[in-house]
Amino acid sequence: MSMLLVKGADLVGAGAQDLLVTDGVITEVGSIASAKGADVLDADGLVALPGLVDLHTHLREPGREDAETIESGSGAAAVGGYTAVLAMANTSPVTDTAEAAERILDLGRATGLVDVVPVGAVTKGLEGAELAELGLMHRSRAGVTVFSDDGKCVYDARVMRRALEYVRAFGGVVSQHAQDPHLAGPQACAHEGELSGRLGLPGWPGVAEESIVARDVMLARHTGSRVHVAHVSTAATVEVVRWAKAQGIDVTAEVTPHHLVLTTDLLTGYDPVYKVNPPLRPQSDVDALRAALADGTLDAVATDHAPHARHDKEHAFVDAAFGMLGLETALSVVSDVMVRSDLLDWAGVARVMSANPARIAGLTGHGRPLAVGEPANLTLVDPDATVTVDRSASMSLSRNNPWHGRTMRGAVHATVLRGRLTAQKGAVA
Amino acid sequence: MSPTTAATLETPPTTRHTKRHLLSSADLDRDQIKAILDTAAEMHTVQSREVKKLPTLRGRTVVNLFFEDSTRTRSSFEIAGKWLSADVINVSAKGSSTSKGESLRDTVLTIAAMGVDALVIRHSASGAAHQVAQWVDAHVVNAGDGMHEHPTQALLDAYSMQQRLGDLEGRHVAIVGDLTHSRVVRSNLITLRTLGAKVTLVAPPTLMPSGIGAWAASDGFELSHDLDAVLPTADAVMMLRVQRERMSGGFFPTAREYTVGYGLTRPRLETLTRANPDAVICHPGPMNRGLEIAADAADAAQSLVLDQVSAGVAVRMSVLYHLLSGEETQS
Repeated sequence: MSMLLVKGADLVGAGAQDLLVTDGVITEVGSIASAKGADVLDADGLVALPGLVDLHTHLREPGREDAETIESGSGAAAVGGYTAVLAMANTSPVTDTAEAAERILDLGRATGLVDVVPVGAVTKGLEGAELAELGLMHRSRAGVTVFSDDGKCVYDARVMRRALEYVRAFGGVVSQHAQDPHLAGPQACAHEGELSGRLGLPGWPGVAEESIVARDVMLARHTGSRVHVAHVSTAATVEVVRWAKAQGIDVTAEVTPHHLVLTTDLLTGYDPVYKVNPPLRPQSDVDALRAALADGTLDAVATDHAPHARHDKEHAFVDAAFGMLGLETALSVVSDVMVRSDLLDWAGVARVMSANPARIAGLTGHGRPLAVGEPANLTLVDPDATVTVDRSASMSLSRNNPWHGRTMRGAVHATVLRGRLTAQKGAVA
Repeated sequence: MSPTTAATLETPPTTRHTKRHLLSSADLDRDQIKAILDTAAEMHTVQSREVKKLPTLRGRTVVNLFFEDSTRTRSSFEIAGKWLSADVINVSAKGSSTSKGESLRDTVLTIAAMGVDALVIRHSASGAAHQVAQWVDAHVVNAGDGMHEHPTQALLDAYSMQQRLGDLEGRHVAIVGDLTHSRVVRSNLITLRTLGAKVTLVAPPTLMPSGIGAWAASDGFELSHDLDAVLPTADAVMMLRVQRERMSGGFFPTAREYTVGYGLTRPRLETLTRANPDAVICHPGPMNRGLEIAADAADAAQSLVLDQVSAGVAVRMSVLYHLLSGEETQS
């Protein structure tokens, strides 16, 4: 029998309590002086949240193990306070079969730092033409529930419609990377506006996202299916989602930490570390995204953690790879911009970084209240810690960290996965 | 301005270009532009001599690193470097980065490691020269980056126009054509505005860069979709190349319709000349005769097309001289 006594943590902002974990399950909450044989974790001054869940992670294995592996990405996730991550399907080979999904599940379990939950491709090879074996992936040991062609949009409306209908049979959900490929083609890399015009960078207009989201919510209404919008980046997309929810359409949406803070003017120096898809937007969009996360229009924060080897980023801006790291910094970013500004309290953070993403992904063992009988997945946060991000101090194999040198308030102190300490103070435990 | 002798050109310039690189036309203030153009005028007189070579950059190495084909710009920089006695090496790196798995940084560091004083960079991607300047110790000259800038083109355009029109302060320059995809227009806007010229950009809305309205408002230039309304007040008309493949991108319906709307046709040449006999015509080349510019306009007495090419060498000599001379020579 393994026991862990967490002393004095503020449980989701509702007051300090002690918490006893026995064999991975919370067995007592209250004032617990001591427990014989238990490891003790002093959590005085820390906030305890249910373990964080990331709906959107790129772990790069199989295929690009030089950029990230399931092991290294799991380490970054644990350090960042995550107990479950959904691993996107755009690996090489693509996760579009039951066997590929089970392989990722097994590699995740072998590392054991975080529950690695495979996302299945919507279409074979992410080609957007024929449905992948959605049902077989769901029936596999991996139990795939979230499907996404992320990196590419499921653009053909007929294919999207069929996917939405088909996965309804087993409670699946399609997570859409909303990007009309004709309005924002493969070269599109900067928010279309005055700055992209001045810099001569191919524009990625907000309408390329908004028009797809508008179509998809209508498809969800028509089919009675559920749809999830990945990495919402504009104020108008928020308006579409808000309208759809008001109509009773079954839609959920996520926002990345970087779209909550970083703006398009960072592109002035052409540094590809700021190249991401969808692109960084103007401050007006950032403000709208924060407000929408606070009022519940946006359901979840998802990192879109996208590691890249140096040599894939050190190209001319339009040639460089899209994406930025996010797992290790997400909680600090949300703490800094949402909690300090009173847009969210800690219960709100638990909602958008744990409960809602777990519910969207159908993960029953995550995102649960910190109560007796629940799995002991915990993230302990030091709300007053000031961190200055150093890209070299990362569990990730990659260094494309847009937060390097920035100082934020609030940091993950420790992470507990089913009663076992997985990370503490920035290092894997 | 009085041409000085070659002897003074061997001494450091008095008004030195204060930055290490020439990446953007915005790197140059009015005085620096004037200094470069004054030196260019001196260089220009050297071109008419029998012996054109100056010893100014003897022992210096200039690499023309071209990731994109450009016979005219590369030749112009090559001649400019050679007439200043620099060792000039042309490296064609087209397709060498992404296609072979080598990063831009690797490619550039490899060249720089050979001991280079100046890198003249041409790249199809906007911002490439800016990125390169952060990686190398050598001086970097932007010889055209994607749809972004082409600062030496703007300098040679200003030089050519000045030769005919005198000071450009208050002069009206119309720039007409595919503005969206043009690095020439972005550099010219900056340089011409810095020199106090009035600028009007003319194009169909589909060939104007995104956010151009806000840009025009903050930087003080005009926009028009009506070339005929702009021509009568123009002192200079700069026609930009329109690539025929833009039609498949839906930027305009047909070549014929483009020419009728935005080409410098023979009737428009007459309008221009009638309104202002001294007005000049520029084109950065290569020209699509019959599309954006009628042959009559290209070959008219007011056309600066060949002056621009000749000025290009002098201006690039001046730029290399301002960047490279007067530095401590390596012992």
